Amino acid sequence: MSDWLEATFRTQRPKALAALTRYFRDVEIAEEAFAEACVKALVDWPKRGTPRDPLAWLLTAARNAGLDRIRKAQRQQRILSQVPEDLVVSEHPVPDPDALRDDVLRLLFICCHPALERQDQIALALRISGGLTVAEIARGFLVKRKAMEQRITRAKKRIAANPVAFETPSPQERGRRLGEVSLMIYLMFNEGWSTSDSDTQIRLTLCEEAIRLARLLAELFPGMGEQGALLSLLLFQHARREARMDSTGRLVAFEDQDRTLWHRGEMQEALAWLQKAQRIDHVGPYRIQAAIAAEHAFARTADKTNWPVIEAHYAALYAMQPTPVVRLNHIAVQARTKGPEHALGALAEISGELDGYRWFHTLRAGLLQETGEPDAAVAAYERALTLGPTGPEQVVIREKIAACQKNSGSV
Amino acid sequence: MLYAIAIYGETGVFEALSGEHQDEVMGGHHALQTALEARGDYLSVKLMPPSTAVTVDPAGSPGQAPLIVDGPFAETKESFLGFYAAEFRDLDEAISFARMISSPVARLEVRPIAWAGGVISSD
Repeated sequence: MSDWLEATFRTQRPKALAALTRYFRDVEIAEEAFAEACVKALVDWPKRGTPRDPLAWLLTAARNAGLDRIRKAQRQQRILSQVPEDLVVSEHPVPDPDALRDDVLRLLFICCHPALERQDQIALALRISGGLTVAEIARGFLVKRKAMEQRITRAKKRIAANPVAFETPSPQERGRRLGEVSLMIYLMFNEGWSTSDSDTQIRLTLCEEAIRLARLLAELFPGMGEQGALLSLLLFQHARREARMDSTGRLVAFEDQDRTLWHRGEMQEALAWLQKAQRIDHVGPYRIQAAIAAEHAFARTADKTNWPVIEAHYAALYAMQPTPVVRLNHIAVQARTKGPEHALGALAEISGELDGYRWFHTLRAGLLQETGEPDAAVAAYERALTLGPTGPEQVVIREKIAACQKNSGSV
Repeated sequence: MLYAIAIYGETGVFEALSGEHQDEVMGGHHALQTALEARGDYLSVKLMPPSTAVTVDPAGSPGQAPLIVDGPFAETKESFLGFYAAEFRDLDEAISFARMISSPVARLEVRPIAWAGGVISSD
């Protein structure tokens, strides 16, 4: 039974913590109060049945638990001051939809506070909104539990020192928060998706948590195309999880993946979200990336990929985000539409900016091999090896080098 | 008579279950599908989450276009997740089949069907 309840707690957690954080003006008290409410529910619900509105039940229980805690602390400190008046109002515990929307956004925005490093933002969001244990987060980031504990404590101190305003944000401020939070969710997914040496299970958990948050945002802000598009993009990616590695844990290149292992149902949902986003008159980077993912998802085989359409999407993305990495992806697609020589020429133009980026060298190496320059290809792969590839990536690069050398020997 | 077994629940809870419990829930569905399959025609529909929906509201006045709202028809705690439709001897029999998919994540409604038509499959 407790497993069913845990699932309910987990789905309610972000909304509940968001509302409680505004109520108590303190993330830590909100976390403790929610934990107490869950313990109470574990005893109460099996006896009396699951309440019709679990969120309202949990919020009421958590408010009472938190207030008790505050009163107790005050008695111990012999402080005569009273519980702040606005904390004891007996209104319906669940905020109205508009307030809840801003509460959730505020909670997530607190996690991606600009005073924090990107990785700490993600760790904090996993801890606070996802409810992951410190040990789990540490495993996801390949650090010791103790070190992660210190990082989270330090991050919490930082955000306490620079509080985020509790007033209803202006539309501009709301837009800014949405942008920051969406980026954090996108990076959380990438952290899980990256082919590091940490165990697969925890990386899947990170991806699932990112999808859960993206879904929450898309649900709370149905009029915002980019949030629906972000969810679409993540669903498209995640649907390929079982095809990315073979049974021995080796990475499988995109074009070699067994497409029957892709989760079609999830891709259908991703498409549904993309189509909804496309109804809204705003083209943003997530929408373009989701459209690219959709082209790949519904190509029957790698050979049937519609590269010209994808190239047009990348050109649009580059116009919006003129970064070298987007350009690199654009060039990778141009290798298909305009040939490897053209792509090599284009790479030369950005070699200065991306010389320290291993994917630049692996792409270049592949193109060099295609154009019959195996020795130069080997040199490029070897350069990539010096730029910090993860264990599974190293295996792939070494295999490519071996293939080049075989090629070179036979010439 | 034809009956619908409608499934209501909170979206996301099934997805948050452990794999083992997801299998348990799906086991009930497979049992029901096998049992219905053996008896004749039936229909089974699983909906995507309500947030994927768009609502078409009637036009404010004649000649106006209907209003498209980017969201589900109603924001409720529990939502309509899907349904089965099949011929049953009577209400009791329909309920006995519905029991196969009863689980803590679903509330089921057994309701007679007034009319049914068409054929559909996503496979």
